[in-house]
Amino acid sequence: MNRFDYIRPTSLDEAIAAASQPGSAFLAAGTNLLDLMKGNITRPDRIVDITKLPDLDRIETLEDGSTRIGALVKNADLAYHEDFAARFPAVAEALLSGASAQLRNAASVGGNLLQRTRCRYFYDTASACNKREPGSGCDSLEGENAGQAVLGWSPSCIATHPSDFCVPLAALGAIVEIKGPDGSRDVALTDFHRLPGDRPDIETVLAPGELVVAIRLPAEAAGFAAHSRYLKLRERTSYAFALVSAAAMLRLEDGVIAEARIAIGSVAAKPWRAKSAEAVLKGMKAEPAFFEKAAREAFAEAKPSGDNADKIELGRRIVARALTLASAGTPTEMPALPASPFAPLPGASANGVAHV
Amino acid sequence: MSDIPTLSAGSHQRHGSNIGQPLTRRDGLLKVTGGARYAADNNPDGLLHAVLAVASIARGRVTHLDVEAAKAHPGVVDVMVPGNRPALASDPDEKSNPFMFRLDLLQNDRVRYAGQPIAVVIAETFEAATEGARLLAPTYETEQARTGLEGEPFAPEKVGAGNAARAQSGDVEAELAGSARTLEAVYETPAQYHNAMEPHAVVAHWQGDRLVIDTPSQGLAMAVMRVAGLFGLTPDKILVRSPFLGGGFGSKGFLSSAQILGILAAKLVDRPVKLALTRPQMFGPVGHRAPTRQTLRIGLGQDGKLTAIDHATLTASSTFDDFFEPASDISHTLYAAPAIRTSHEAVRVDTGTPLFMRAPGEATGSIALESAIDEAAETAGLDPLEFRLKNYAEAEPISGLPFSSKALRECYEQGAARFGWADRPREPRTMRDENGLLVGWGMGTATFPALMFEAEARAVIRADGSGVMETGAHDMGQGAWTALAQIAADAIGLDLTRVTFNAGSSDLPNAGIAGGSGHTATAGMALHKAGEAVIAKLADLATEDEASPLFGADNVGVIARDGKLLRRDDESRGEAFGDILKRAGLSNIEARGKAGGDNAAREHYAMHAHGAVFAEVKIDPDLCQIRTTRLVGAFAAGRIINPRLVESQLFGGMIWGVSFALHEEGIQDKRSGRIVNGDFGEYHVPVNADVPSLEAILVHEEDQLVNLLGIKGVGEIGITGTGGAIANAIWHATGKRLRRFPIRPADLLG
Ligand SMILES: Cc1cc2nc3c(=O)[nH]c(=O)nc-3n(C[C@H](O)[C@H](O)[C@H](O)COP(=O)(O)OP(=O)(O)OC[C@H]3O[C@@H](n4cnc5c(N)ncnc54)[C@H](O)[C@@H]3O)c2cc1C
Ligand code: SF4
Repeated sequence: MNRFDYIRPTSLDEAIAAASQPGSAFLAAGTNLLDLMKGNITRPDRIVDITKLPDLDRIETLEDGSTRIGALVKNADLAYHEDFAARFPAVAEALLSGASAQLRNAASVGGNLLQRTRCRYFYDTASACNKREPGSGCDSLEGENAGQAVLGWSPSCIATHPSDFCVPLAALGAIVEIKGPDGSRDVALTDFHRLPGDRPDIETVLAPGELVVAIRLPAEAAGFAAHSRYLKLRERTSYAFALVSAAAMLRLEDGVIAEARIAIGSVAAKPWRAKSAEAVLKGMKAEPAFFEKAAREAFAEAKPSGDNADKIELGRRIVARALTLASAGTPTEMPALPASPFAPLPGASANGVAHV
Repeated sequence: MSDIPTLSAGSHQRHGSNIGQPLTRRDGLLKVTGGARYAADNNPDGLLHAVLAVASIARGRVTHLDVEAAKAHPGVVDVMVPGNRPALASDPDEKSNPFMFRLDLLQNDRVRYAGQPIAVVIAETFEAATEGARLLAPTYETEQARTGLEGEPFAPEKVGAGNAARAQSGDVEAELAGSARTLEAVYETPAQYHNAMEPHAVVAHWQGDRLVIDTPSQGLAMAVMRVAGLFGLTPDKILVRSPFLGGGFGSKGFLSSAQILGILAAKLVDRPVKLALTRPQMFGPVGHRAPTRQTLRIGLGQDGKLTAIDHATLTASSTFDDFFEPASDISHTLYAAPAIRTSHEAVRVDTGTPLFMRAPGEATGSIALESAIDEAAETAGLDPLEFRLKNYAEAEPISGLPFSSKALRECYEQGAARFGWADRPREPRTMRDENGLLVGWGMGTATFPALMFEAEARAVIRADGSGVMETGAHDMGQGAWTALAQIAADAIGLDLTRVTFNAGSSDLPNAGIAGGSGHTATAGMALHKAGEAVIAKLADLATEDEASPLFGADNVGVIARDGKLLRRDDESRGEAFGDILKRAGLSNIEARGKAGGDNAAREHYAMHAHGAVFAEVKIDPDLCQIRTTRLVGAFAAGRIINPRLVESQLFGGMIWGVSFALHEEGIQDKRSGRIVNGDFGEYHVPVNADVPSLEAILVHEEDQLVNLLGIKGVGEIGITGTGGAIANAIWHATGKRLRRFPIRPADLLG
């Protein structure tokens, strides 16, 4: 780890001013940043610790009915906030399916948005990686790439964004509140992360010194509460990043889908909102055939970036399943294994809902 | 004497002997309160911190290290490179016995595997040393790394701990040709990396010509000899302390390069030095389980009896040393067939040398053999348990020796009953749970040899009636502090609370090695013998003393119980230990004992522990995610010294079986030879949610031939049988035979 300056501002303006200098990084809980620093993957000259900033740890309902989550709210606190979880059950489920209890207790929601990829070559400083070292190449392209992107990738980078939390947020039309040297601005979460193109090192729209202050969910997002699920495929039952995941939300009127929301995780450099798949479902009956059609549509543009064609097939299946589960209704209680295919399914029978 | 903290026995009520009691770990309180001092917890005055710089290439030469830059970093004291590394008394590449593994001690600029130490940076703080190591910015002359199993194979003479690489009985080809049915299948197991919770660490402190080392060791006496040889010291100048190991799994059996480099660093700077590996550094220089590709050919008669087993293993070793994963050897013990042949081939690749890793050979071989046996049962149209019973080995196959004991039938019976195996439908993909998940049941047979090594112990009885029992035994977390103390206390007829038990230090009698599941038997027998000897001395004192109620009892003999010697023919007549000593004017009396395998018995009998493992898996039919939902193992491993600890050992083994079947794999970049998932975020082992229900049944077994105490050992057997049981359950759930481990969701697609 390199030597760095450590600054702990107590006001937003100070923090922004401090971080506007090149080579600065914000530090929230550090569950990602400190690992990256210990591995020499990032080497900031200046750490701006934001954990003492006021008012960033609040969950509040605004006058227009939208919900505002401060950037320093802990992942666990948000997931266990009863009112929040009741209105946005898929978000709570996604949060609780991520990492471990210890990490969720520490990690901030802002940090979750800004966590870096889990691409193995990104972490291995002896490997070529355009994201870590622009222009050096990409060792994953011809190397280990089973977990890499199938959507939105470019030959310069095939890594994915690993967040669970961001997936239902993308589906629900979340807004990211940003404050920087030039003032405040709002950006849709789906526009917040960038696709790699030829600059995979630039991952978000944040400019130097800009801080994520809060995340907002619009009032209408709560309209999906009755039919919301997040589902995550993993190589072990818990404490693993997603192979591929899906958030599915339905607004049903008399068994007909008035509106559907679908987003897919771990398939691209950003949480992937599948709007064309949502359109497939509008006005349709909540039936397996349509869910499968929507799932196919969600991956219509997908192509393997390496030895990962399986992800496309598994991705389709998980979208179809998430829709099926959402149509069956949000569970009244958080499953003991959140987002797991092994969570007991409501109303399942021997040949029931699992087999779509 | 060492400064191992005194262990309290905790409060417990004894009914009869100490052996057999399910005591909790005597060091448990120390551990959960942070009082147990592990190697890296030692901070002698003047301590410096050393950090390894390791190679990022797998093959080539280091052409430059920026030592100046590293030294210029604030806090860096020195940098050890080949040019200034203190001289050694022997060549780290010397190999005068098969267990002397070659070390990387900066003897030259060659790089022979990724992760090899190439320099050591010594600094006032760990952070400064870490940054210093980065600033070395090594450059290399890189040669193409040799990886995978595709190279030119050769046939090693010996595999594992020196077993013959080939063995056979009968004519395999003739039997296969004459078989009603045959099957051939290829199974692949990946490289796995020992990852004890405690990474290897050393605190080395030169005190004049004396060397004190705190380091985790599964073999203290061997560690002393290795250091003595390398540094040209006599063993009496070396003290190695290892009261607690945070796990070893075989990687702490021999001192690694890293530990020796810590000692060298201390010599270079003439101050105490601490060197601890980081988690990523565990993936390279401290051994691993080599990958295997195993081909099994099996012949079957009309009656469902095996006619032939041909088990051929291809594995990989390093380019500069020999260790060959003895996977085929599992076929020596389990199933009867007129013809059995086992063989091994290997390729040389640019990795660190593979090593013993919990059930070396047995674990890799078992998952392949048990899968193949399941396939054979299917081919024969028989239930897998019925098939195994039909082919039950009444004598050890190949050698033909009778078993000293073998309660495997009872294991099958009790395990199957507890699991409910009788209700298993023969056809695959026929069971679902209430959520529509596919359910499968599979089984595997477990086996592990009952080994014994050589050890010594010392027993003392003091005039206050208390005892001291000691041997340089190793507690790797398995519970040696407790189980051996139980044996020790019984050996001198005292309650555990009256015995001080010392272990974990090289100045105590040599307790052999904590490996091969033979530590409790070996060190336990040494303690037993020492106890016997001291009691005999005490008895002599009493029976020759006219003032003793035991006078003249030497003909009938005496027994030691509850701090007293009693006449064997009349237990109402006896005398307390202390009284005997006081009258003789002695403050204490001591004796030593030795243990080792009974060679005569071992020539005439095959000695193994056995078990049967039953697994249930659930699989999502579409999403293909797999979960082991139930594991029941039944094990017969001779006498059980402490059922609580034994159950934990079996659980740990079975969980590793889950890991083997479903999770664990060192993923290597084929081009660079580097392991790309070298941390716990990406190198997956099971978490609690992966093992929801676990049972281990301890099946009664008596065996007077393995050793007087009847102990077989339980450290490794749990991992065998389990992996195969899970793979077989996956077949039963889905109808798919998956032969590459670990089995991943994507393997079930389609
Ligand atoms: C072993 C392990 C397993 C994990 N598993 C999962 C998983 O399954 N699913 C999942 O979703 N996540 C997982 N995570 C990631 C975890 O969720 C993130 O590490 C965490 O959310 C980051 O939050 P933090 O507060 O610690 O961020 P930090 O580490 O402090 O910061 C992360 C990044 O965000 C920047 N940053 C932080 N806050 C702000 C802000 N307000 N404005 C601008 N920039 C900011 C920092 O500069 C830094 O670049 C895992 C992490 C680990 C270590
Ligand atoms: S995929 Fe992206 S993050 Fe991974 S090595 Fe290539 S450029 Fe780096």
